[in-house]
Amino acid sequence: MRNLFFLLQKEFRQIFRNPTILRMILLMPIIQLIVIPLAADYEIKQISISVVDQDHSPYARKLVQKLTASGYFQLVEYTQSYAQATQTVGDGKTDLILTIPPHFERDLIKLNKGQLYLAADAVNGVRAGLGTAYASQMIGDFNREIREEWMLLPKFNEIPQIEITSANWFNQHFDYHLFMVPGIMAILVTMVGAFLTALNIVAEKEVGTIEQINVTPLKKHEFILGKLIPFWVLGMVSITLGMLIAFVVFRILPVGSYLTVYAFSAVYLLGVLGIGLLISTFADTQQQATLFAFFCMMVFILLGGLYTPIESMPDWAQWLTKANPPAYFIKVIRAVYIKGSTFTDLLPDFFAMVGFAILFNGLAVLNYRKRSA
Amino acid sequence: MKTFFAFIQKEFRHVLRDKRSLVILFGLPVVMMILFGFALSSEVKNSNVAILDYAQDDASRLLIDRIDQSQYFSVHQKLHSEAEIEQVFRKGQVRLVVIFPQHFQQDLLHSNHVQVRLVGDASDPNTSNIVINYASSIFRDYQNELSNNKKLPYSIETETRMLYNPQLKSSYNFVPGVMTLILMLLGAMMTSVSIVKEKEMGTMEILLVSPMRPLLVVLSKAIPYMVLCFIDVVIILLLAVFLLEMPIRGSLFLLLAESLLFILTTLSLGLLVSSVVDSQQTAMFFSLVGFLMPALVFSGFMFPIENMPLPLRIMSNIVPTKWYYSIVRAIMVKGLGFSYVIKQTLILVGMTVFFLGIAIRKFKIRLA
Repeated sequence: MRNLFFLLQKEFRQIFRNPTILRMILLMPIIQLIVIPLAADYEIKQISISVVDQDHSPYARKLVQKLTASGYFQLVEYTQSYAQATQTVGDGKTDLILTIPPHFERDLIKLNKGQLYLAADAVNGVRAGLGTAYASQMIGDFNREIREEWMLLPKFNEIPQIEITSANWFNQHFDYHLFMVPGIMAILVTMVGAFLTALNIVAEKEVGTIEQINVTPLKKHEFILGKLIPFWVLGMVSITLGMLIAFVVFRILPVGSYLTVYAFSAVYLLGVLGIGLLISTFADTQQQATLFAFFCMMVFILLGGLYTPIESMPDWAQWLTKANPPAYFIKVIRAVYIKGSTFTDLLPDFFAMVGFAILFNGLAVLNYRKRSA
Repeated sequence: MKTFFAFIQKEFRHVLRDKRSLVILFGLPVVMMILFGFALSSEVKNSNVAILDYAQDDASRLLIDRIDQSQYFSVHQKLHSEAEIEQVFRKGQVRLVVIFPQHFQQDLLHSNHVQVRLVGDASDPNTSNIVINYASSIFRDYQNELSNNKKLPYSIETETRMLYNPQLKSSYNFVPGVMTLILMLLGAMMTSVSIVKEKEMGTMEILLVSPMRPLLVVLSKAIPYMVLCFIDVVIILLLAVFLLEMPIRGSLFLLLAESLLFILTTLSLGLLVSSVVDSQQTAMFFSLVGFLMPALVFSGFMFPIENMPLPLRIMSNIVPTKWYYSIVRAIMVKGLGFSYVIKQTLILVGMTVFFLGIAIRKFKIRLA
C-alpha cells in the first residue's frame, strides 16, 4: 500500500511536470467542445438555386417568387441558358436548377398540364434529396393555388382526412448543440483516457525506464494501479471541465442527475483506461501506440452513433457496436443530459460498461505479464 | 547525392521493419472505406416504434401492420397509457410513439376527419424529424387510397434529375473525405512524430554529424511516408472503383498529380511541427488538435461549411483539407478538368511553399 502511495506521488509529479499532458487535458475539451458543436449543424437550411426561365410568363415569375420568399432557397442566378446553369453547378455555386420550359403557362392552362424540370447537384445525396423535396413541395403548393384560381368549385370535402399532429419531445426547437455537445463530451473522455494511458506507458518502454520499475519489488497490480489512478483522475477532471464548458458556452445542463453522469463516467473511464493499457501492451513505440489508438478511435467513433444512428446500420455493424464502449457511453450521456434518464433506466448499459472495464483491464494484465516474463 | 539515397534507403528500412504499424497504415483506409461504404448512412431504417392504440379497430390495426412492414419501422411494443411514453423514451427503446384516438375508424369514415398523434424522441433532432416524416407518409398513402387517387386538372408535373450521382450514393461524398483524412494522418502526424522521435531519443545528433545537410536528413525521413501516402491513395481509389463501384470521371493523371501536391502539403505541415516541437507526445497532440480535427471539421465532408457561423467559415479557408477535398470532388465525381481547380491548386501550392519555408528556417536556426 505504501508502495502504491509513493508510485502515485511520482506519477502525479510526472504528469504535472509535463506541459503537453496538461495542455491536452485543458485545451482538448475547450477546442473540441466549442468548435465542433458550432460546426456540426447539418440541418440543411439555405439551398442555392439557379432558375432557367425560358417562358417569361407571369406564372413563371410567380413561381420563382414563391420559391425565394420561402426562406429555403437563395436565388443565385436567373438565366435563359441551361448550359450556363450547369456551369454554375460545376463550380459548386448552386445546388439546384429549376428549368421552366417555353410555353409553360400556356400548356398549363390550355392543355391542363405543365411541365417543370429540376436538376440537383447530387454529389451530396442528402442535400440533393432535401433540396428537391422542398422544391417539389413548393411547386405542389403553387399548383394548388393555380387550381383554386381556375376551378371555381367550392372545396369538396368528401375525402377522408387524417390530420397528423406531431410533437418532438425533449428538444422541441431542434437544437443541434443539445444533441452534439453531450456526444462530444463522451468522445473527449475516451480520447483523453485511451491516448494518454497508452502513450504514457509506451513512453516508459521506449525510454527504458519501465525496466527499472520492473526490477523494483513493486507488484504488478500496484504498477498498473499506479498508472490507472492518475489518468482516471484526469479523465474525471476533463469530464467536469466538459460539463462546465457545456454550461458556460451553450447553457446546457443535464436534465438528469449529476450523480448519474459521474457514476457512468467513473466506470466507463476504467474501461477506456483498460483499452489504453491494452494498446500499450501491444505497442513498442509511441508511434505505434499513436497509430493503434488512432485506429481504434476512428472505428469507435464512426460506429458509435455520434453522427449516424446505429439502428440504420446493417446487422453486422450493429453487432460490432455491441462491442464498442463509446457507443454505450454516447447513448448514456445523451440520455441523461437530454431526456433525464435515471440510473435504473440505463442499468443494462451500466452492466455493459462494468463488463468492458473488467474485460479490457483483465486482458491488459494478462498480456502485460506475458510480455515482461 | 549518393549519401542521400543511402539515407532514404535506411529510413525505408526503418518504416518497413515496423510491420505492426504498416498493417494499420494500410488497414485504416480499407476499414474506413468499408465502414463508410457499408455501415454508415444518415438514412433512417428499422426504427423502433411504440403504439398507443385507443381505438383497437380494423383501420388502426391495418395501419399498425403497415408501419411494422415498412422498411423504416418495426413495432417494438404496445403501450397502454400516455404515462408510459416518457418511460420508453428515457430507456432509449423507441424513436417514435404513434397514438390512435378512440373511434378512429368510425370518425374516419363517418365524419371524414380524424386526428393521429405522432410523438418523436427529438433528443436526436434529425432522426426524429425523418421518422415523423416517414410515418406521416404512410398515413398519407392510406388516405389517398381511401379517396381513390383522384386525378385533378391543371397539374404541374415535375421531372427531377440528379446530376453526377443519379443513384444518390453516399460514397460520392465520403471517398474524397476519406482520402483527405488519411493523407492528413499519414503525411502530417506520422512524419512529425517520426522526426521528433529522433530528437527525443537523441539519435538526431548522430544523424546531424553525418556529412549530409540537415535539411536533407529531415527530407529523407519524410520521403518514405510520402510513398506510403501515395500507395494509400491508390488503395482508396481501387476500393472506390471496384468495391463501391464509383467511377473516376475526370482525368486519373490529374487526380494523382493533385494528390501528390496535397501529400507535399501535409508533409510540409509535418516538417513544420517537428521543427518546433521536442517530444513525440507534443507532436501527436499538435497534429491531433491542429490538423486532424480541423481536417475532419472543416473539409466540408462531415458538416456543411455553409451552415457554419461566419468566423468558422472564414477559418475553413486556411485549412488545406478544404481545398483538396473540393479538388477531388471536382475531378473524381464531376469529371471537371484542370481549369476548374486552378484556384484550389494555386492555394495549395502557396500553402506548401509557405509551410516549407517556415519549417526550413526553423530548422536552420535550431540546428545551427
